[in-house]
Amino acid sequence: MADPDQGLESGRTQRWDRVPSLGGPPVPQGDPLWRVLVRGAGELLVTAGLVLLLFVVYEVYVTDLLNDRTQGDLTEQIHDQWDQAAAAPENLVAPAVGQPLAVLHIPRLGEDYSRVVLEGVSEEQLAEGPGHYTGTALPGQQGNLAIAGHRVGKGSPFLDADELLPGDPIVVETAQNWYVYRVLGDPATGDYTTDASGIPGQQIVTPSHVSVIAPTPDAADAAPSGAYLTLTTCHPRYSARQRLIVHAVLDGSPVSKADSPAGPPALTEG
Amino acid sequence: MYGFIWRHLPGPTAAKAVIALVLVLAVVALLLFVVFPWVEPRLPFNDVTVDR
Repeated sequence: MADPDQGLESGRTQRWDRVPSLGGPPVPQGDPLWRVLVRGAGELLVTAGLVLLLFVVYEVYVTDLLNDRTQGDLTEQIHDQWDQAAAAPENLVAPAVGQPLAVLHIPRLGEDYSRVVLEGVSEEQLAEGPGHYTGTALPGQQGNLAIAGHRVGKGSPFLDADELLPGDPIVVETAQNWYVYRVLGDPATGDYTTDASGIPGQQIVTPSHVSVIAPTPDAADAAPSGAYLTLTTCHPRYSARQRLIVHAVLDGSPVSKADSPAGPPALTEG
Repeated sequence: MYGFIWRHLPGPTAAKAVIALVLVLAVVALLLFVVFPWVEPRLPFNDVTVDR
């Protein structure tokens, strides 16, 4: 007598009868709870994925755009300061943390590559540009002018720092002078480790390896044995597992801006 | 979630589409200019200095 299907038919929600037709009126009672939950979870996961993708876009592109503007402002600021600086012989003092210190030119990283270096290496300064480790040497001084900068994002100042070859100029511009540093090593063979001082032109170290910014790089507590410049950034790209270090040494005496306003020849070589 | 939002947007389909687009842009702007700058310093992959 009893139809075995009858109980099923009447007891269950017949969702196949309620599939909303496209463009039809909204379904008032909607789907069973488990469907709503599963769909909600799926939508949440897709949304989370999109947000993560957007974060990558932000890190790699948007921070560069924002940083471009910041660097523009800083360039204006440091040129104003230089205009006000007396024409007296250069007497460098470290500015307050967060204030611009000098302009860095690295022809290998781009013909018109220039970045304003700020005093200090906390996240705040590094978001604006490369930062000068407080307490390390100032441009031209004996010791180690140590500069940290982001590899990816925030203007990516040191994105291609691994492409710096021995002998490549790194020019530091101050109010009155150009200081030309050259990456250590043998320009002929590209060997980074040939310098008599034993300091390599490039090395990859662990983040705790602080002696790379010592007055004489890699010789903690030793007196300065020359005027060095050290760049630190993260390595490999997109990671913070290690640090990429570039060491350079001052090449010749400073070039006065009064004599060569367009910069030393090193700026346009290569 | 998205179905719920869509059903609660007022107006005809065209108006809903415009409002939805504005909502999406607002969320993206909020993420880019408020949330991400706040989150970023708390993440570990931005260290470029040697620790002192």
